[in-house]
Amino acid sequence: MIRSTHLPLLVTVLTFLVAFALCGSQYPSMLTTRVVANLLTDNAFLGIVAVGMTFVIISGGIDLSVGSVIAFTGVFLAVVLRDTSLHPLAAFALVLSLTVAFGAAMGAIIHYLDMPAFIVTLAGMFLARGLAYVLSTDSVPITHEFYDFLQSLYWKAPGGGRFRLTGVIMLLTFLIGMIMAHRTRFGQNVYALGGGAQTAKLMGVPLAQTTIRIYALSGGLAGLAGIVFSLYTSAGYSLATVGVELDAIAAVVIGGTLLTGGTGFVAGTFFGILIMGLIQTYIVFDGTLSSWWTKIVIGGLLFAFILLQKGLTWATTARRKPLTDFAAP
Amino acid sequence: MTEGTRPVLSCTGISKFFPGAIALDEVDLTLYSGEVHALLGENGAGKSTLIKCITGAYRRDAGTIHLQGQAVSPTSTKESQALGIGTVYQEVNLLPNLTVAENLFLGRQPTRFGLVSYSRMQTETARILKDYGLAINPAEPLSSYSVAVQQVVAIARAVELSGKVLILDEPTASLDREEVELLFSVINKLKARGLAIVFITHFLDQVFEISDRATVLRNGRVVGTRELAQASQTDIIHLMLGRQLESRIQERAPAKSGKPLLELNNFGRKGTVDPFNLTIHEGEVVGLAGLLGSGRTETANLIFGVVPADQGEAKLRGKTISLANPRQAVGHRFGLCPEDRKTEGIVGDLSVRENIILALQARQGWFRPLARAKVNELAEAYVKTLDIRLASLDMPIRFLSGGNQQKALLARWLATNPDFLILDEPTRGIDVGAHAEIIALIERLREKGMALLVASSELEELVAYSTRVIVLKDRRQVDELTGGQISTGNIVKAIAAETNREVA
Amino acid sequence: MVHGFQATLRRIAPQLIILAVVLLLNFLVFPDFFKIEFQNDRLFGNLVDVFNRGAPTALLCIGMTLVIATKGIDLSVGAVMAIAGATAADLVVSGYGWGTALIGAISVGLMCGLWNGVLVAFLRIQPIVATLVLMVAGRGIAQLITEGTILTFLNEGLIHLGAGTVLGIPTPILIWIGLGAIVTLGVRRTALGMLVEAIGINEASSRVAGINSRVLLVSVYLVSGFCAAIAGVIVAADIKGADANNAGLWLELDAILAVVIGGNSLLGGRFSITASLIGALIIQSVNSVILLSGLPPEFNLVIKALIIIAILVIQSPTVKHALYILRASAESEALEPARAAQLTPPKETAQ
Repeated sequence: MIRSTHLPLLVTVLTFLVAFALCGSQYPSMLTTRVVANLLTDNAFLGIVAVGMTFVIISGGIDLSVGSVIAFTGVFLAVVLRDTSLHPLAAFALVLSLTVAFGAAMGAIIHYLDMPAFIVTLAGMFLARGLAYVLSTDSVPITHEFYDFLQSLYWKAPGGGRFRLTGVIMLLTFLIGMIMAHRTRFGQNVYALGGGAQTAKLMGVPLAQTTIRIYALSGGLAGLAGIVFSLYTSAGYSLATVGVELDAIAAVVIGGTLLTGGTGFVAGTFFGILIMGLIQTYIVFDGTLSSWWTKIVIGGLLFAFILLQKGLTWATTARRKPLTDFAAP
Repeated sequence: MTEGTRPVLSCTGISKFFPGAIALDEVDLTLYSGEVHALLGENGAGKSTLIKCITGAYRRDAGTIHLQGQAVSPTSTKESQALGIGTVYQEVNLLPNLTVAENLFLGRQPTRFGLVSYSRMQTETARILKDYGLAINPAEPLSSYSVAVQQVVAIARAVELSGKVLILDEPTASLDREEVELLFSVINKLKARGLAIVFITHFLDQVFEISDRATVLRNGRVVGTRELAQASQTDIIHLMLGRQLESRIQERAPAKSGKPLLELNNFGRKGTVDPFNLTIHEGEVVGLAGLLGSGRTETANLIFGVVPADQGEAKLRGKTISLANPRQAVGHRFGLCPEDRKTEGIVGDLSVRENIILALQARQGWFRPLARAKVNELAEAYVKTLDIRLASLDMPIRFLSGGNQQKALLARWLATNPDFLILDEPTRGIDVGAHAEIIALIERLREKGMALLVASSELEELVAYSTRVIVLKDRRQVDELTGGQISTGNIVKAIAAETNREVA
Repeated sequence: MVHGFQATLRRIAPQLIILAVVLLLNFLVFPDFFKIEFQNDRLFGNLVDVFNRGAPTALLCIGMTLVIATKGIDLSVGAVMAIAGATAADLVVSGYGWGTALIGAISVGLMCGLWNGVLVAFLRIQPIVATLVLMVAGRGIAQLITEGTILTFLNEGLIHLGAGTVLGIPTPILIWIGLGAIVTLGVRRTALGMLVEAIGINEASSRVAGINSRVLLVSVYLVSGFCAAIAGVIVAADIKGADANNAGLWLELDAILAVVIGGNSLLGGRFSITASLIGALIIQSVNSVILLSGLPPEFNLVIKALIIIAILVIQSPTVKHALYILRASAESEALEPARAAQLTPPKETAQ
């Protein structure tokens, strides 16, 4: 059974399938496991952070700080591993608790000081980026045998594609995110918050706790994305991942989540990420197209999806079914 | 009174003061198990304040509430819900983006291994809603169903959570006839289950159809509680509208019948106001009477283009004109003081001075600012003639009292030197002194030859200044009273007569 | 409306005080800060640099102030800067004069403003969402024009706009002060300012009063696009090239901050362009003090973030409400009942 709210998700999935088929018909070599594996590996950090962004946006908020938090995490790990003898796993735990606390603090400010998420997370963006600069302005390489070990973990699929650990972490994040969004009370509260904070409060949703948890989740996932990014680049650099928050927001919207909050799908975000990755891959394969087309096409897609959602909102309110259709026998 | 049963809820001496106003004055309300109790009164009579005091949304300033004999003092709606008092509002307080099942179970979802069990939630929902005569898909988002369905889901949620007292605040306001009947069958089922139900509405027919007793509020006081089996509609309307409703026929100078100014032919909008014909002459005050929801405000908004008409035509001094938006109406020298001063009238953070000249400035255009001297002159002149009490013309208008805000809004339109002024509830929520001044002002403007259309729920007031009264009911004109016919008694009769005819 | 010089001064006093404090800090860490020299027909000095370097943000915050006054926001200005800079560069490289280039850039800026304005006013898309589209796609469009390179040019006239001087004063300073003055006078000497405030405070009431809110909404986005175009040209002229990737990067955020530091509410309503411009100077002076203090520049962002957080917390509704109550209880005896009533508003939601 197809429901009207699932339509954006459906459109996203169809867009991806059609785009992939078109790419494949033009460049058959794009249909290999290698391309698929790279799609997952290259976008792993973006996917993880986009899961957090999905929760934030469904709740009606926004988190501009995630790109900076990823950079901070990378630099923090690099510096800690360079200057101390801490095991990477301990460093991971440390940095994750830092980023969770950072997100929770932003959530608390948003709720208790009644300030727009946009401005609070903007300040958070400056702060996290600034802290990264303070730790180091140079790119700090990470050389640790544990990193080598993690990087050596992959499954070589027939056709030459290497499915790496980071891709698996992203897939797991999406899986857990989907369960959290749709099968837990926290997830329901996030949707309720996005539907209307006042009504949600009247219906007994704990606003403070939910808001803080949402931004803590986003901060924590940005931290995880930072770890994955450091595995991907083997370095920490304070100028890295500038503008990732925009890519994440774009992926979430293209994935069928309403930017005004209330409806959306973690699974849709996954396809949003794949579509964006696909555009990049296509441009690489084409060779003659320039990289800036990526941004233009993503902008166009954003616009199309915003219009689609606007149209759907109009349509659903226009064709509401009357009560008399549902009288039980 | 229902013999032998202990009251489920009894409120005694409930009072609530707002700064500068008494919202509730020693109100008593008693509810018995298995009764539907209508709570009646015009806007501002104190119905919603009373409900908010009972549900803990407001803190009452005096009085006691007993629930099944126990004194209670809920401090939040959540607490009153847990005690057993559930409320359903007209604008359904559910989340349209969630599914029906999610709305019904938000906060108390059945879980399995820590995860929300959807299948159980949906079968439970289907089972519960079947009791309410509803066979809908629990997995659909609530927004895909009509307000009536949402209303029933809200009732189901309130009953599931509370289950002793159910308060329905204007539940039928946006339902059609068949939907109302379905809702009433739900109410009757709940009544049979022994719930005490408070029913707030402005549809008197519905009150008599479903309720056992009615309590009428006026200006924060209970003016009477009646067993409806022994009361007529006219009795209730008298309680609601009249102070003393003996038919006072007023001596009045025969209205100078000026030239026709505005002629509306077959003017209307589907689903809002039935098409009507109306001619308004210079130097006349046309009163719009009718109960709440009869289409008073809708008619005013239609003529001013706030909600544009989709049929009929308007002629100004014989020439066909367009009234598609307020800007055009202002251009034709119309003015409108809306019913909802706060959201459609004042611009709260702008100064009194700026609020007064806003419409004149908007008509003059962006690039022709009023000279500062002219602005001051205008503002000061109106502050003086209308006796607007303020500390300074520079203070934001939201700091003024209701009466002074209303006068400032009148000043806004008078500054544009209008030919036709529409006033929607010009005296609502303002103190006695300002009340008399506004009525006197209406008289003065009429004498000067202005045409006015005044919608009001205060019948004495309408009788005092109208040269003609149009009676509205169910969004259409049902009667027109002129000259010596105009009296509160005749207006009430016109409203009730039509009602009786329909019921019969 | 103009309440006279005194009222204006009272409105911008907090910003002036903050600016004075930050400038004083500059002086404390670098005693030569206020020293201005005249060499080679040009003014030199740190203070001149603050005014000069602050030009792009100052220009952007002129339009942004108007947009925010209508309860909106324009995220696209940084990207529009890049597009306008690229357009101007492309035109002079193709042999057109600097005048044509300037007009071309401005037209492009106005087109971007029109796009945003139509989405907001007619399609009723939330401003933050509507302007996000151009923010994402804009840099791509700019790169399309520059074809991915930094498009350098040698046109003296165009360069003069960013790096030249008039009577010894760097041109960007004159441009932002001039445009600021023109727009301020333009909105305050006409009815525009008041009408913009009216639709920001209560669009429904404004409509009933006969204000054409849609056209007004489109207009403020047009002004924002115009300002962004000028800022884009200046930035390009300054480096004698259009850098589609980095021109105006994150400047939309600086501009929004300047407006907020200027004491303008993000919820729309009363606005002061002058205060926003001082806000832009405060941001630039903070950058300067960090630079001059010899602190490593990497502390720049952290300090900036902390200052911003402090200012925002002071301005937050909750803190304001708390201060209000404090003041009210202290004064309540002296107040008239109606006013006292307003000072302790019951914090409920309307049904």
